[in-house]
Amino acid sequence: MFVAWKDLRFARGRFALMGTVIVLITVLVGLLSGLTAGLGRENTSAITSLPADHLVFSAPADGGTVSFADSRLSGRSVRGWSQVPGVERAEPLGIATAKAEAGSRTAAVSAFAVGPGSRLAPEAGRIADGRAVLSQQAADDLGVRAGDSVGVGGRTVRVAAVSGAAMYSHTPVIWTSLGDRQKLPGGSGGATVLALTTSGSPDLAAADKRLGTRTVTAAASLEGIGSYSAENGSLQLMRGFLFAISALVIGAFFTVWTIQRSGDVAVLKALGASTGYLLKDALGQAVVLLVLGTGVGTALAAGFGAAVGGAVPFVLDPSTVLVPALVMIALGAVGAALSIRRITSVDPLTALGSVR
Amino acid sequence: MSLELTDVTLTYPDGGARLTALDKVSLTVPAGTLTAVIGPSGSGKSSLLAVAATLITPDSGRVVIAGRDTAGLDRGTLTALRRTTIGTVFQQPNLLPSLTAAEQLQVMAHLDGRSPRKARARALELLASVGLADQAGKRPHQLSGGQRQRINIARALMNDPAVLLVDEPTSALDHERGAAVLDLLTTLTHRRATATVLVTHDRSHLDAVDAVAEVTDGRLTGA
Repeated sequence: MFVAWKDLRFARGRFALMGTVIVLITVLVGLLSGLTAGLGRENTSAITSLPADHLVFSAPADGGTVSFADSRLSGRSVRGWSQVPGVERAEPLGIATAKAEAGSRTAAVSAFAVGPGSRLAPEAGRIADGRAVLSQQAADDLGVRAGDSVGVGGRTVRVAAVSGAAMYSHTPVIWTSLGDRQKLPGGSGGATVLALTTSGSPDLAAADKRLGTRTVTAAASLEGIGSYSAENGSLQLMRGFLFAISALVIGAFFTVWTIQRSGDVAVLKALGASTGYLLKDALGQAVVLLVLGTGVGTALAAGFGAAVGGAVPFVLDPSTVLVPALVMIALGAVGAALSIRRITSVDPLTALGSVR
Repeated sequence: MSLELTDVTLTYPDGGARLTALDKVSLTVPAGTLTAVIGPSGSGKSSLLAVAATLITPDSGRVVIAGRDTAGLDRGTLTALRRTTIGTVFQQPNLLPSLTAAEQLQVMAHLDGRSPRKARARALELLASVGLADQAGKRPHQLSGGQRQRINIARALMNDPAVLLVDEPTSALDHERGAAVLDLLTTLTHRRATATVLVTHDRSHLDAVDAVAEVTDGRLTGA
């Protein structure tokens, strides 16, 4: 990379301009990644933290996709699933959105109703009819603590404990008993889903067919949260476009740069530079630019994320900081590689007698 | 170690026919001698140089560089031959704008897999031999045309080539500077025992060379 380093220093204005573009795109990708993960967590953390490997929904009509909002399980399904070989636990969970109030404060919450002794809720032993466990966010929003009373969907329950950070569909979770759920407006049924813990390879499909249900993995069940699938899909699409744009911009820059220096390439080839040497030199230059630009951009995005982390849903971890940076570098390198391959077609003969 | 071209024929496609650029050209340039190849524009001088530089493979004939027949050599081997055995002085200096005078020479070592840093001493020595010891840190745009051409020559010598191919080195220089460059080439050829081919259309410098070959319509008509 002898010539590449010298070029980077000599044409620093051009490379600084390109580097700035990479920094800005990386900042945008980093912020979007952190925000996507943050919003995703606000949508799904109550589900992803369930100690279960599969979730059972009522079978959607017309073979559609599962939905937490539409799922209603019959007592027969709940009882049937607990007897399926290979299913260690089948715990009913009833999910409903509700309005909670305490004094003058109100908050939209998700009521997660569990059966007695369920492992699904934190501090589950304290949950009983008339006694609920609030997530920290719900308690903060309502300004209550353990021992206080809150109204949930018009029914007053006592706060048995404040625990966890579970969120569902952008609302904090209140863990209640299935008995209380039946007294909530629209809570006429029991469980809306079942949380399964399985061992071995149970024949879930056969049980689904027999019990009129649809079972999916816990990870796949997230698509059943309407707000999550729509929101996450849009954000991931934006992120994908940003990755594609960055690869195209970097490719375009190195296309122009390679054309501009094709005379130098011809001279080096005439002097005995192998095509491999020249490709390595040019690709190395692109990677240096990408690593520097992405590094600065990632640091800025991480700094911004750390600063606003409390105010907006933003996740700052390796998956939102390092992974996007590595993808940016990899895609940028691919874009640059496609551009600089024209080095292979530069004819060294043009260096002889050429007027430069 | 010398350069030998034997019955070299080179044709180019020209519409539906083929244009003969070199027609059974034979030329031997012994080590330590400077042979001028002269002729009018389009006579085949540049084609001869390109064949000798292994940049074009002739239709027929033999090209032997420093004892090595180039026939049948793959592209990688020819590239390595250009790097290690052939020095090329371009008509225009063709210096890389981002490199200083010394780095223009150091890059030749890097192409050959050697450390540019370790090659710096030799680069400075060569710059001194062409009278540019005090210009080592300057970039092409900070140098005069004559200085750039002398760096062009020094660069060609960096890897100690057995064969030196020089393409119209004085075409962009005035008579005085052209004469100085030719003197330099003659001196270096004799001192370093290179087999030097000087392509030129300028007959005013022929007194300084060891032999003259004239090309007309692709044929070597006089030597």
